[in-house]
Amino acid sequence: MTTTSPNPTSNAAGPLLWWKRNRKLILPPLFGIAGFLLAWQLSASLGLTRLPGPLSLFTEQRTRELLLYPFYDRGGLDKGLFWQTMASLGRVAQGYFLAAVVGISAGIAVGLNKTLNRAFDPLFQFLRMVAPLAWVPIALVIFQKNQPAAIFVIFITAVWPILINTAEGVRQIPQDYHNVALVLQMSKKTFFTKVLIPSALPYIFTGLRISIGLAWLAIIAAEIVMSGIVGIGFFIWDAYQQNYVSDIVLAVIWIGGIGLLLDRLMAWIQSRISPGQ
Amino acid sequence: MITTATQPLLRFEGLGKVYPTPTGPYPVLDNINLQVEQGEFICVIGHSGCGKSTLLNMVSGFSTPTAGQVLLNGRPIEKPGPDRMVVFQGYALLPWMTAYENVYLAIDEVKPDLSSREKREIAVDHLAMVGLEKAMDKRIPQLSGGMKQRVAIARALAIRPEVLILDEPFGALDAITKEELQEELLQIWNTQKCTVLMITHDIDEALFLADRLVMMTNGPAASIGEVMPIDFPRPRNREDIMEDPKYYELRNTALDFLYNRFAHDDVE
Repeated sequence: MTTTSPNPTSNAAGPLLWWKRNRKLILPPLFGIAGFLLAWQLSASLGLTRLPGPLSLFTEQRTRELLLYPFYDRGGLDKGLFWQTMASLGRVAQGYFLAAVVGISAGIAVGLNKTLNRAFDPLFQFLRMVAPLAWVPIALVIFQKNQPAAIFVIFITAVWPILINTAEGVRQIPQDYHNVALVLQMSKKTFFTKVLIPSALPYIFTGLRISIGLAWLAIIAAEIVMSGIVGIGFFIWDAYQQNYVSDIVLAVIWIGGIGLLLDRLMAWIQSRISPGQ
Repeated sequence: MITTATQPLLRFEGLGKVYPTPTGPYPVLDNINLQVEQGEFICVIGHSGCGKSTLLNMVSGFSTPTAGQVLLNGRPIEKPGPDRMVVFQGYALLPWMTAYENVYLAIDEVKPDLSSREKREIAVDHLAMVGLEKAMDKRIPQLSGGMKQRVAIARALAIRPEVLILDEPFGALDAITKEELQEELLQIWNTQKCTVLMITHDIDEALFLADRLVMMTNGPAASIGEVMPIDFPRPRNREDIMEDPKYYELRNTALDFLYNRFAHDDVE
């Protein structure tokens, strides 16, 4: 009897034990968020600010519908938040993909060639400081249409961290690896696939991860200025025009959530692909 | 003057190297003359900063002489090539690959005409020679320093170089691993009979391994002070040669050279 008892007791204590071990990790963020929401709701209820409190997501009928039915589609611009987000994500995907292709190839070229680096580095450093919003009018002038202009804004915002990190990764390839390639008289192709890319990969992923966040920030900026398109950015602008403030609060929560998801996704891919060094 | 039969494999002819510096040209090496026969094991010893690495870099082709030349089979060395394979000081293994993949990559690059089966066999054979049959599918970061150095040696020898260049290969290893590796290196060298040029700081290591010990004078403008033949019979056994009275004679000669005749001047 005494010998069989440890098993069932440890099983019963399982969840309790887990809670004891992890509560220090779980409780603080829960308290932090709850406290923030409470303060926000109080300041709204007491009339300290005109911004509606978090409860308005449920009390306002229109916002409640948006919250509960993200998949509705009544045609035109009147779509649920899921479709608005998907439209924005589609643009982000296109601009980001373009930024990855251009950023990685240009980064490798600049990282390998000192003269090229000297020629373009000041320009890159200058251009990457231009805010996404400032690119919008330029993009509209260049492309004349909303869709390609939005994609260009994503591209031009996201490309710099990818380019600069890739170039740095290529420059950081240890001299030893170059020497091995020289002694073995390694072909350009082998050097590229077996040495350069794996060696620079952690840097490339750092750039890609920084850029995914920037691309998502840029799409909101771009859409807010471009009227009449389906997308979460224009949704916010439209809600603001019509004074649906609680809709904006809801959309901002969506934006934050999606941004967080994108960043986690990149971090996960990074941990899967990056070689163990 | 065509005497191919007696031509040494490597010939250093009035070799010199001067580096330009902001304060004027700095001569590292001056008038190095040496002939190395095919299959010889040469150790180079000297105080740090005497240009040993520069000397070997001109054999591997990473550095070009400013005076004289190094001839391999009568032809001046101009650039790096797989006939003069280097075991780099920091191992220079690709960490995202396994031990086997590192060796295979080298064979694949140098001997692309072999069938993949032959390449695989060569890689496995050479990893086995350094005792890594069991660890060959491990990635480099999972290996200890001694095992990394073994992989580097296996990779270097797998491409069958004419000259094997080692720049203080065992300096970072503990005493036991170091002795094991010295013995493994000798065994492989016995079977392959490639020519070895090796930099060392360790007189006992040189006495155990080398046919001749090249002792360098101090820089600037360092040159070869003395070449000491070490003619213990091969295959060598560490205990046997250490019991030989000649061992201490040679050791004292080398010590005398390094610490009396060419003592390192610490005051710059």
